[in-house]
Amino acid sequence: MKDKVKVNGSELDAHGLHYSELNRQILRLLRKGQQSMTLRGVNGQRYIGAGIQAKAQLAVHGTPGNDLAAFADGLQITVYGNGQDAVANTMNKGKLVIHGSVGDLLGYSLRGGSVLIKGSAGYRAGVHMKQYVDQKPLLVIGGTAGDFLGEYMAGGDLVVLGLGCTADHPVVEDNIAPGMHGGRIILPEPVPEYSLGREVHVYELTNEDLAFLRQTTLMYSQTFGASAQHILQRRFVKVAPKGARPYQAMYA
Amino acid sequence: MKIDMGSARFRVIRDADRCINCRICVRQCGFGAQKYDSELDAVDTEDRLCVACHRCTSLCPTAALSIEERPLAYRRSGSWSADHIEFIGRQAETGGVLLSGMGNDRSLPVYWDHLLLNASQVTNPSIDPLREPMELRTYLGRKPERLEVQTQPDGTIRLAKQLYPAVQLEVPIMFSAMSYGSISYGVCESLARAAAQVGTLYNTGEGGLHQNLRRYGANTIVQVASGRFGVDRDYLASGAVIEIKIGQGAKPGIGGHLPGEKVSQAISRTRMIPVGTDALSPAPHHDIYSIEDLRQLIFAVKEATEYTKPVSAKIAAVHNVAAIASGIARAGADIIAIDGFRGGTGAAPTMIRNNVGIPIELALAAADQRLRDEGIREQVSLVASGGFRCSADLVKAVALGADAIYIGTAALVAIGCHLCQKCFTGKCSWGIATQDPNLAKRVDPEIGAERLVNLLTAWSHEMREMLGGMGINSIESLRGNRLHLRAVGLSEKECQILGVKCAGEAM
Amino acid sequence: MQRMLEGEFRIPSGCAVSGIMNCRGIRFPGNSIVDSISLMHERSNGLGGGFAAHGVYPDLPQHYALHVFYSDHAAKEGTEELIAANDWTVAHDEPIPTRKTGLVADAPLIWRYFLQADLSRDDRHSTTGVDDRMLQLVLAINDGVSGAFVASSGRNMGVFKGVGYPEDIGEFYRLDEYRAHTWIAHGRFPTNTPGWWGGAHPFGLLDLSVVHNGEVSSYGANRRFLEMHGYKMNLQTDTEVMAYALDLLWRRYEYPLELVAAVLAPPFWKKIDRMPKPQRELYTALRTVYGSLMMNGPFSIIVGWSGGMFALNDRVKLRSLVAAEQGDYLYAASEEAAIRQVCPNPDRVWFPRGGELVVGRISPQQATQPHEALATGGDVA
Repeated sequence: MKDKVKVNGSELDAHGLHYSELNRQILRLLRKGQQSMTLRGVNGQRYIGAGIQAKAQLAVHGTPGNDLAAFADGLQITVYGNGQDAVANTMNKGKLVIHGSVGDLLGYSLRGGSVLIKGSAGYRAGVHMKQYVDQKPLLVIGGTAGDFLGEYMAGGDLVVLGLGCTADHPVVEDNIAPGMHGGRIILPEPVPEYSLGREVHVYELTNEDLAFLRQTTLMYSQTFGASAQHILQRRFVKVAPKGARPYQAMYA
Repeated sequence: MKIDMGSARFRVIRDADRCINCRICVRQCGFGAQKYDSELDAVDTEDRLCVACHRCTSLCPTAALSIEERPLAYRRSGSWSADHIEFIGRQAETGGVLLSGMGNDRSLPVYWDHLLLNASQVTNPSIDPLREPMELRTYLGRKPERLEVQTQPDGTIRLAKQLYPAVQLEVPIMFSAMSYGSISYGVCESLARAAAQVGTLYNTGEGGLHQNLRRYGANTIVQVASGRFGVDRDYLASGAVIEIKIGQGAKPGIGGHLPGEKVSQAISRTRMIPVGTDALSPAPHHDIYSIEDLRQLIFAVKEATEYTKPVSAKIAAVHNVAAIASGIARAGADIIAIDGFRGGTGAAPTMIRNNVGIPIELALAAADQRLRDEGIREQVSLVASGGFRCSADLVKAVALGADAIYIGTAALVAIGCHLCQKCFTGKCSWGIATQDPNLAKRVDPEIGAERLVNLLTAWSHEMREMLGGMGINSIESLRGNRLHLRAVGLSEKECQILGVKCAGEAM
Repeated sequence: MQRMLEGEFRIPSGCAVSGIMNCRGIRFPGNSIVDSISLMHERSNGLGGGFAAHGVYPDLPQHYALHVFYSDHAAKEGTEELIAANDWTVAHDEPIPTRKTGLVADAPLIWRYFLQADLSRDDRHSTTGVDDRMLQLVLAINDGVSGAFVASSGRNMGVFKGVGYPEDIGEFYRLDEYRAHTWIAHGRFPTNTPGWWGGAHPFGLLDLSVVHNGEVSSYGANRRFLEMHGYKMNLQTDTEVMAYALDLLWRRYEYPLELVAAVLAPPFWKKIDRMPKPQRELYTALRTVYGSLMMNGPFSIIVGWSGGMFALNDRVKLRSLVAAEQGDYLYAASEEAAIRQVCPNPDRVWFPRGGELVVGRISPQQATQPHEALATGGDVA
């Protein structure tokens, strides 16, 4: 590992850097008042933007490591590449755009801000998403998502657009939203009954849901250059909890 | 068909000559066992509802009340206890999982009671703690295997490299994780204030940190659990230590549900979830399915707090605890907290509480020895918890190898808890395990803090006496010093695991 | 009944200690140290006495001098096989000359060897130095050869000890015939009667010799810390843990002596809290990292090494220790009278505070001028 980071104005060359050093340099630039910066040569560095409370823009080129934007609080991060596991873990505020796909555990306990994934997400996306008053997270996955989507979800909006799904690769294969007790998941049909957690139902979209979906799709297509019209040709439904108290009658 | 198999466990005896019909007992009983009959203008008790919390007997101005256990009504059986019969009755009625509050109440061996401490006689002196210095200060955090120093040109010696930040305790006793939600706000504030006054730490549990308590941050361990309630950057920044909760002694492998009815406005704000929703904390962190994932989370919180504070990982004492502890040390945790199977809880499935996990004494001894076998014991701090009842228990824990201990149940008892084990009902007459504002207001943080400070002061004094007796004037000389322990009534295997000799064996 | 030996259980003991050194490196005979320690006869009970002499083998100064006790010839054969098997060359060996005295009984076979590391084994590329190799050999003999015990293993030094009062042990070993620049001595009062020669003091470890008075209450903590660093407690005595702690901190970690003292007998927190910041950080770090090496409880130690001698007390001074200087000589002992016995009018006498280091270092420039002092006597070896 190199011990000196190359800084060129607002550009950081992350090639071969340890994550600790990279993050220290990001903080240093932020504290100098830098409002936007570009990270090049990123490959596997964990925790980029972790715990940072700032509104600055961060462009990431390469493959950021696990826990990208963990606990982040306001950063506007754009990734030109794929993300790995635990992207936006417990992220609080800000915006994360990924021009690619991500691994497992996207948006674990996401509690605010918006996360847009151009491609697909792995298992357990949106687990434990929560909302509180005006803190309402938005998680958008352009492609498909793995099992256990929205497990224990307690609030916020999760949208899966299902682009590129096939019979072999359905939008979500199984175990959708077990333990979900708040928020909504919007995804294209079909959502077979067997694939649902016990605590949720499939509902028709309300007018409000539909308006929200249109707006979200528009945002997606503007960000990634897809056709909103094409996306909305499919019929979407909503997965939502039967109640906010899934285990009320569990105890003797 | 209704078959009531739950007979009354207790009987409330009211001395009619003393009762002045003041109805304090009626107002004080959180469980509705004391009733006022306006037609008869008399107070009576519904024994079936009594949980023996002693609120009424404690507050009765004329000492008219007493509570006794009802005699066993079932035919005696060495196999079927009254509990077994009544549990089945309740489950046949409801189809539900049995719940319990507080720690395991089965009469399994308490190893502290089989360990005896040493004292000096003749060959070296005992120390009088009233007049001679006696140090209990303890630092928790990561330590290097070897300290790097440098001699400067003028001959003075300086640290060549700063240590990783550690946290200083004036007494090696901390208050263990109890979330706002499982306990009332008054108890949280009592714990925070007492910790600040004594110079130790309390632990938020997984329920977030109330805004009013942020000022006690230097004395706060903020916990990060699977549900991530109330966890954001400011929360992490608020505490002196961040604890990643993997498990809890009362319910290893099991998560927690804070029922929606307890999620009031204030709790909703602290946990950052809407009012009235269930707060679900399942057993695993979904970003930790393996030891290297724990490392990932440890360093995520370290990065997020710029390596300014120690990170603890708390696990339940389970069969493979020693190897797990070693893995945690190698995963980068600075503190390993191990919670034994007598550890308390606000609510746990009874079967889990009573049957899963192992005693802290054996777990602590095994973990300490394993870390030593691997040569890494001194690099991490080891915190033990789970059913510490008195200062002697904790002195023995230090001798077995703990740097510090957590007390939870003992702290609650100090502010009124009588161990009725009904925490999960939310009806706690003492205002401790409840969110009912009429009950919760019974804990005045000022009085609560004072009683906790008194407890820690008393225990510290007793610890000093015991240390002094052993001829030790600083707690670190007792840490892992098992030569000061002797066993009575234990098998050779138990002695071997505890690493102690039998009473009567020489040094 | 089988006798219980040191190492099979833990033996606390009370004692007398004394040490004398010449700060110019001038070698003087053993009479004075024997005189000094015997004054404190009342502090011993005849179950152990011993001496360490540094600078005692000037003819073979670079060879490791092994003093070994054997209970029988089989032990001797076994040991010599181990020495050869571990790639050591014996430059010279002989029985240690003794004098018959009715007051010392049951003496084992006592042998000394002057060993050189076999350089055909390339230690430059080995992670352990030659010293570590010697330590391993000593552990291998003490651990693996029944009936053999290495009393000392340093260069240009030797330990002479046994069961008896120190003055009788001195007579037995003919210490009046040896010269050394540093002598330390011990008279023992064990709390039981193992009567084993190996269990007497000083404890020798490479170039170090340690005598100790007191019983530390932290033994279990100290021991378990040292075990993590590869030490194996054979004797289960405080002196042994003290020597290993010194080996770790002083030889292996190369800490200055004042830091070593601050680990063994650290200042109290309230004193540390009053220190200026850099110093406070250092002492806080020392206590947090090496808290388990604090020797808690009463002790006074005198340590001899090739470079001189130091003495140290526990931090609340639960054992007595007196120091004195006269001319080039530094003295330390449990009692002032033990010093005045051999140096009636010292230039200075002082009573070190708890944790205060008394240290005498041989000044190398001056040490190059050979000088005879005090009394006459021939060198051996």
